[in-house]
Amino acid sequence: MKKYIINRIFSMILVLLVVSSLTFFLAKAIPGGPFTKEKKVPDIILQRLEEKYHFDDPLWKQYVSYMGNLMKGDLGPSFRYDALTVNDIIAKGFPVSATIGFLAVLLSIILGLPAGIISAYRQNFWQDNTVMFVSLIGISVPSFILATVVMYFFGLKLKILPIAGWGGFRYMILPAITLAAYPTAYIARLTRSSMLDVLSQDYIKTARSKGLSEFKVITLHALKNAILPVVTYMGPMIAAIFTGSFIIERLFFIPGLGKYYVTAIYDRDYTVILGTTIFYAFFLVTANFIVDILYAFLDPRITYEEKK
Amino acid sequence: MTKPILKVENLTTQFFTYAGVVQAVRGVSFEIYPGEAVGLVGESGCGKSVTGLSIMRLIPDPPGKIVSGSVYLDKENLLEFSEKKMRNVRGNEISMIFQDPMTSLNPVFSIGYQIMEMLLLHQKITKKQAKEKAIKLLNMVHIKSPEEVINRYPHQLSGGMRQRVMAAIAISCDPKIIIADEPTTSLDVTIQAQILNLLTDLKTKLNSSIVLITHNLAVVAGLCSRVLVMYAGLIMEEGTDMQIYNDPMHPYTWGLMKAVPKINEEEKERLMTIPGLPPDLLSPPEGCPFALRCDYAMKICFEKKPPFFEPKEGHKVACWLMDSRAPRVKRSM
Repeated sequence: MKKYIINRIFSMILVLLVVSSLTFFLAKAIPGGPFTKEKKVPDIILQRLEEKYHFDDPLWKQYVSYMGNLMKGDLGPSFRYDALTVNDIIAKGFPVSATIGFLAVLLSIILGLPAGIISAYRQNFWQDNTVMFVSLIGISVPSFILATVVMYFFGLKLKILPIAGWGGFRYMILPAITLAAYPTAYIARLTRSSMLDVLSQDYIKTARSKGLSEFKVITLHALKNAILPVVTYMGPMIAAIFTGSFIIERLFFIPGLGKYYVTAIYDRDYTVILGTTIFYAFFLVTANFIVDILYAFLDPRITYEEKK
Repeated sequence: MTKPILKVENLTTQFFTYAGVVQAVRGVSFEIYPGEAVGLVGESGCGKSVTGLSIMRLIPDPPGKIVSGSVYLDKENLLEFSEKKMRNVRGNEISMIFQDPMTSLNPVFSIGYQIMEMLLLHQKITKKQAKEKAIKLLNMVHIKSPEEVINRYPHQLSGGMRQRVMAAIAISCDPKIIIADEPTTSLDVTIQAQILNLLTDLKTKLNSSIVLITHNLAVVAGLCSRVLVMYAGLIMEEGTDMQIYNDPMHPYTWGLMKAVPKINEEEKERLMTIPGLPPDLLSPPEGCPFALRCDYAMKICFEKKPPFFEPKEGHKVACWLMDSRAPRVKRSM
């Protein structure tokens, strides 16, 4: 196990190196730069700016200096927001995105998991049909449509929640619901199919023959076997949701990381593109790593010991 | 005579499928006495497993349903129990051993947990006592170094060991009856013998009765003192092991006997089979279900279900040949 963890950490570092290098060169390959504006900037100013940020250096030199700073944890300055460094932007945006993300993930587990279990347990009954129908909507309706629907309904018609903006728990509810719709539906469907598979296994019959209550048979004997695919899905899902959704943060006017991420690409704000990408990649590989470790705890058949 | 511990009367279990109603068990009655082992024998699909599951009330509903009949444990009818009361019977009063030990244990829980779970559920003991009892039980089923095995997981044990663990779980609460549903079928022959020896051993040590469900007459031989032969959801013949083995009277039982491979058989001799197939349980025939495959079938066999004749005490045969008006036939060997 120890050896496996060390190996994994090394490969994670390697992945991050490749991701940051690729992103660096891809970003530079896009025509234009952070100082290209609709209104032409005088050549002399442009030249000074490029000198200041070493854009006139050969590409390899820029790369080496960027990677050097990256090792120190310095993601560089933003070219768009003069007063901010990329570290500042992440420090500012991430907690906001993560808060909504956390609520959305919580919501999707609290709703999706039981819905999937009930659906499998009552296969082909009305409970199952209802869950399957609602989750089909959850998967297929795009988030920007769902966002406008909940804004209209809760904000405009019922007037119980703010339509958009940021400031306190009340402002988090609608974006969290919108963000949670897809993963909730997906988890429900995933849980259902994996539960259906497990419920027909012999050990479920054994559990019942022991005199265990149906609740225990389902939540203990069946769920512990059926949860693996759900955990697998949750790794990347948590990474994606925590680092912010561009669409939802735009629609609800939330100062999260997702907003910065996409605007940075339009602005050719190289360092912000790089910084947020690396941050997301870091989050993703870490989440996957945690999922893999969790496997071993959930299913004793999975071990990371060296085969003797 | 002692009172039966389990009395099954006219048990009828059906499965309501899209194709129609499958009449899996069609009015089965039998008794189990304290401390005895009874073999429930028949070919696949004859309703023997469904009978076992019906006694436990573990028939998946839907599509299955126990339509009529009664199952008396002592004096109480299990079919009238609430689900909650029934849960107290399962594992505690009647326990089960299933066919495939490879899949009958939950892969994500340790052996110890799976044994202790049952003890903690039915007995008022602490976790520590349960652990001690689990080790004792593993000892009883002849598992070496049980202190180690309780921390292992099913995939780390062999098939024979897993079936021993299943047996340990089944006997853990001193049940009145153990229903063993094809406990040896998926094991290889030497392990089969070990498990059968274990069951024989446990029978003498415990006061439990055993219902051994199997398609293999040879498996029944060493362990059971009484045998029930089932066919197409009905009991065809019932008797002591001596009566069934030495003097079977139902043509179906004759066929089963002939189908047991013999070790001293000539090499070129083919294994005997019963020609034809069992009837479709979606629409079972009106008369004797075996009539179509029976060499001795008479007109009445196709028209009316035979009642039970009792030519000798304790030996019941559901066959019209037993009727005084029927011709005497000799069993072909």
